[in-house]
Amino acid sequence: MNPPEVPAPDEITAPWWEATGEHRLLVQTCVRCSGAQHPPRALCVHCGHDALGWSESAGLGVVDSFTVVHRAPRPELEVPYVIARVRLAEDVILLTRLEGRDPGAWTIGDPVRATWVGLDDGRALPVFVPAGPSPTTEPEPAPEQRGS
Amino acid sequence: MSTGVAIAGAAECDLGVTGKSILGLQAQAVSRALADAGLSLRDVDGLATTGVSRFSATQLADYFGLRPRWTDSTFAGGSAFEMFVARATQAIQAGQAETVVISFASNQRSARSRSLGGVVEEHTPEAQFETPYGPLYPLSYYAMAAQRYLHDFGGTHEELAEVAVAAREWALLNPAAFRYDTRPLTAAEVVGAKPISSPLTALDCCLVTDGGGAIVLTTLERARDLRKKPVEILGYGERTTNTSMTAVPDLTVTGAVGSGADAFARAGVTPADIDVVQVYDSFTITVALTLEALGFCGRGEALGWIAGGRIRPGGDFPLNTSGGGLSYCHPGQFGILLLTEAVAQLRGEAGARQVPGARLALAHGTGGILSTHATVVLGVEA
Repeated sequence: MNPPEVPAPDEITAPWWEATGEHRLLVQTCVRCSGAQHPPRALCVHCGHDALGWSESAGLGVVDSFTVVHRAPRPELEVPYVIARVRLAEDVILLTRLEGRDPGAWTIGDPVRATWVGLDDGRALPVFVPAGPSPTTEPEPAPEQRGS
Repeated sequence: MSTGVAIAGAAECDLGVTGKSILGLQAQAVSRALADAGLSLRDVDGLATTGVSRFSATQLADYFGLRPRWTDSTFAGGSAFEMFVARATQAIQAGQAETVVISFASNQRSARSRSLGGVVEEHTPEAQFETPYGPLYPLSYYAMAAQRYLHDFGGTHEELAEVAVAAREWALLNPAAFRYDTRPLTAAEVVGAKPISSPLTALDCCLVTDGGGAIVLTTLERARDLRKKPVEILGYGERTTNTSMTAVPDLTVTGAVGSGADAFARAGVTPADIDVVQVYDSFTITVALTLEALGFCGRGEALGWIAGGRIRPGGDFPLNTSGGGLSYCHPGQFGILLLTEAVAQLRGEAGARQVPGARLALAHGTGGILSTHATVVLGVEA
């Protein structure tokens, strides 16, 4: 995707965005109950504690659901594109884009890994591509393996 | 179980493409509902509305020259009006107000004020973490719920399309419906319509129209002395679950599970007792998820359950008898018109679409991206 405009971080979300500049995907984690959450907040949704830390995600997950958007909400967006909920191995869900595969070829449950779209201000936006055996190759699955 | 509070008046304002202002349509809705009850503005001491301005009830009170003893402007999308019924009932029971008007109107089609991207405020987490990717709001969220639902339970889009097909059948019986003077719809037409956010097409999505309505609540005792047969508030419940697209772990389970259970328990009835059902049909999938959540059928069973014409006119489960948001009217927050239609059915005033002998009705509003959920059970004495 082309780099979109993203509002400036606030005091809570700044560390998350700062890490994106180094292509590191952080997950906010509670110091007391170890619960993970996304997006970052000022307190833990699992136990209410306000001491929160960060763990680094391996950037691996599966497609929880997705939708191919055919009518863009903003004129600069080129359709079609794939909006998805990706469930990370760390058990948080991200809203994101799926890329690197024909939009019609995605299936719920597909394994994916994070990659980055650089923003003009040095931050980056995580998007997800098929989690192939090697990070440099994106094998196209045969149509009969795609399910329905 | 009666709450001792009843709906004494109900009305729509002009619907469709009106070329009128929001406040002009509000005034129509409220005047007509009061006239229906045999009351006047002077009787109103409670006001609940939304979608007028940042100070919605305040604005409306000023416009009508009222200084209400009680107001509510809770903004919760399309379910706000079912929530207002609960709060107004409590206010009347507590003696804080005697005559409460709940109203809504929008001119979104005339004013071209609706955008596919929706409204996301810059300071919210969604603006940082979701909007940049370009989801349609709220459509893409419902689309992902539909994708997940069809994947998990093995249904087809054609089966889901029955929601829109049946809504059109009802609309063809309702002269006030935007699609009244059209023709029946087929499942193939729904599936084959212009794709918007897969799997949902343009015909899986509700209309964009002007419109609105109002209802008047007062004590059951007083309502018995007014013009129309009182429609009693029997039960209510609500849940608020999410604003982000990532907060709910399972897209196919909504807050209607809790709101419905609370409403049925309060009313002392079960889903099988309900004669006529109005559930918010923002999208076809919304109806499938809501029917399951409310317990009308089992989890994953909705598509098989609605098949065979049972939700169409003459079927054994009359659903969205106005034609719904899909084919009757969708002014952005449809919840008020679920209530006016339930009232029309319970009073026997629904004309060609009347469900014979309807005594118990359910109205269920949904707001945002399956964000807010509110259920109301209504009934009339035999």
